[in-house]
Amino acid sequence: MAQKTLIQAVTDALHAELKNDENVLIFGEDVGKNGGVFRATQGLQDEFGEDRVFNTPLAESGIGGLSIGLALEGFRPVAEIQFFGFVFETMDSIVGQAARTRYRMGGTRHLPIVIRSPFGGGVHTPELHSDNLEGLIAQSPGIKVVIPSNPYDAKGLLISAIRDNDPVVFLEHMKLYRSFREEVPDEDYTVPLCKAAVTREGTDVSVITYGAMVREAIKAADNLEKEGISVEIIDLRTVSPLDVETIVKSVEKTNRAVIVQEAQRQAGVGAAVMAELSERAILSLEAPIGRVAAPDTVFPFGQAENDWLPNAKDIEAKVKETVNF
Amino acid sequence: MARKKSVTIESLLTPDNNNFDMVQILDEEGKVVNPDILPDLTDDELVDLMSDMVWSRILHQRSTALNRQGRLGFYAPTWGQEASQLGSIKAIEKDDVLLPGYRDVPQLIKHGLPLYQAFLWSRGHVEGNKYPEELQALPPQIIIGAQYVQAAGVALGLKKRNKENVVITYTGDGGTSQGDFYEGINFAGSYHANAIFVVQNNGWAISTPRSLQTAAKTLAQKAVAAGIPGIQVDGMDPLAVYAVTKKAREYVVAGNGPVLIETICYRYGPHTLSGDDPKRYQPEGSMEPWLKKDPLIRMRNYLTEKGLWSEEKEQEVEEKAKEDVKAAIKEADAVPKQKVSTFLKNMFEVAPASIQEQIDAYEAKEAK
Repeated sequence: MAQKTLIQAVTDALHAELKNDENVLIFGEDVGKNGGVFRATQGLQDEFGEDRVFNTPLAESGIGGLSIGLALEGFRPVAEIQFFGFVFETMDSIVGQAARTRYRMGGTRHLPIVIRSPFGGGVHTPELHSDNLEGLIAQSPGIKVVIPSNPYDAKGLLISAIRDNDPVVFLEHMKLYRSFREEVPDEDYTVPLCKAAVTREGTDVSVITYGAMVREAIKAADNLEKEGISVEIIDLRTVSPLDVETIVKSVEKTNRAVIVQEAQRQAGVGAAVMAELSERAILSLEAPIGRVAAPDTVFPFGQAENDWLPNAKDIEAKVKETVNF
Repeated sequence: MARKKSVTIESLLTPDNNNFDMVQILDEEGKVVNPDILPDLTDDELVDLMSDMVWSRILHQRSTALNRQGRLGFYAPTWGQEASQLGSIKAIEKDDVLLPGYRDVPQLIKHGLPLYQAFLWSRGHVEGNKYPEELQALPPQIIIGAQYVQAAGVALGLKKRNKENVVITYTGDGGTSQGDFYEGINFAGSYHANAIFVVQNNGWAISTPRSLQTAAKTLAQKAVAAGIPGIQVDGMDPLAVYAVTKKAREYVVAGNGPVLIETICYRYGPHTLSGDDPKRYQPEGSMEPWLKKDPLIRMRNYLTEKGLWSEEKEQEVEEKAKEDVKAAIKEADAVPKQKVSTFLKNMFEVAPASIQEQIDAYEAKEAK
């Protein structure tokens, strides 16, 4: 057991699976000798060789196609897209091809592919590095979208994702990479996919969130507790398909819900959560479902991030509004 | 211009090659114009190749008729491309991997896909895409270019497994304008991986002529951008297509990396039977010069001259093809209707709760 950052936990998981399964391959732009632009694959090529961990030409669509072809030959590709804003180049490979293969071939072929990619605001990146585009993939049948919010989950979820026999998009929030440390077991363990976590138990309102917003929700909950408001935090972890059961159970207990996402209002998966709650828990609700999301503009210029990104204060305000409805 | 003599295919199979003249073995009359590169085919193999082409021509005719009767769905005519399609696939081994485009159904069938499944694919039925483990192929690719980047991945996989096999993939002339076309050949080149990329240049991408796709004089020369060998071949000449593909395969399995082959051919039919009519855009009389280049005419003459082919033999193959089609359509008709619950079960290995809920709902509906 050691205190680790989220990115160290990611490296741990990659290391574990390279060791456990000789079919696991890691590739992408600069993931080899360089160890990745964030050091997520640091040391892996030295230990496992260029056959297992290798660089690719600079072409995201090619990387997607490479993953599909290698998976057809029995490998377990763990490909990296350097920043998720570059996913547009490989949308066809991910949702037009990989996500559909099991279905279109009637279950006779499957593609155990993981696409790892950093995203998320708060670190003043240039354009199209930080965009929250999980909603695009979440709307595509046949693929899971996983977003860890802490080092422990990151390792366990990534090991699960690599062992999963269907494609998974695994999104790593850049602001969480090194912002805090947490106990992470040295041994291998898994955290189940498609299963939300109750990060904090509460009785007055359910805050349902994911990614970097989980930290903001915890901050908000600490402050709200001082004011006598007990917040239950649900961390979705897998944003598609949703773990509806855990969400509904929580809201049936607290009778109030606030959805929090970093993505713009029209994006993300917040609307899907609200729809599920409207359909399944409306008789438990004592107030309209609240929503905290970014404004419907293009992701902000670096200097405007603080004014644009949702934060703990926004969550506190929305929770109070919902509780006092 | 056809290459007449003294150039071997081997000499073209190098990334430094800058000769993109069209390789030809049989001329329009079926005379051997390039004996030095005549492929090493037995009499039986030659007859098989001709039979495959005749069979495919009948399949095209019957598919067109069945489509008109509403007994087939999506169909992209293959008439005219028999040498390109059957000549190349004949050079491919059973354990090689085939990633076809939507017009490449004849190759799939020769590679082992039962005909009734090809018909089910045309109709839009999942049973058409359930490929047995031993069939090294994917269903026809609709997204033009996607098969190329995927082929690069298969090619690298074959290389990593140390298999003496290749992946062969096909696109058309229009497809060479896609980013995935270039990325596919470039990735495979960068990894020296086991791929044969075929471009069937039939002159038209729906209504857009080849000249509007690129100012490049040949499509084979696009290989230069990937640093791999490119060869242009007479795509109406089955022996030339076979010989070039065979040599390319040898080059690839020897670990030299991928090859791009451009076949110059023509489709006598529309783009697809979904409402396309070449009369709207092809200049009048476009087809006539190509009718003289028909791959069946030259191969028929060549084999008849050698005493290996006759009218009776051709009729026999045609009858066989018609019977095969009839039996396959019957088999396709007998396949049970598709169920939504089955689709849902094919989404993931383990159904997440949201899918399981829908499986239960549809199974209940289907039980009524």
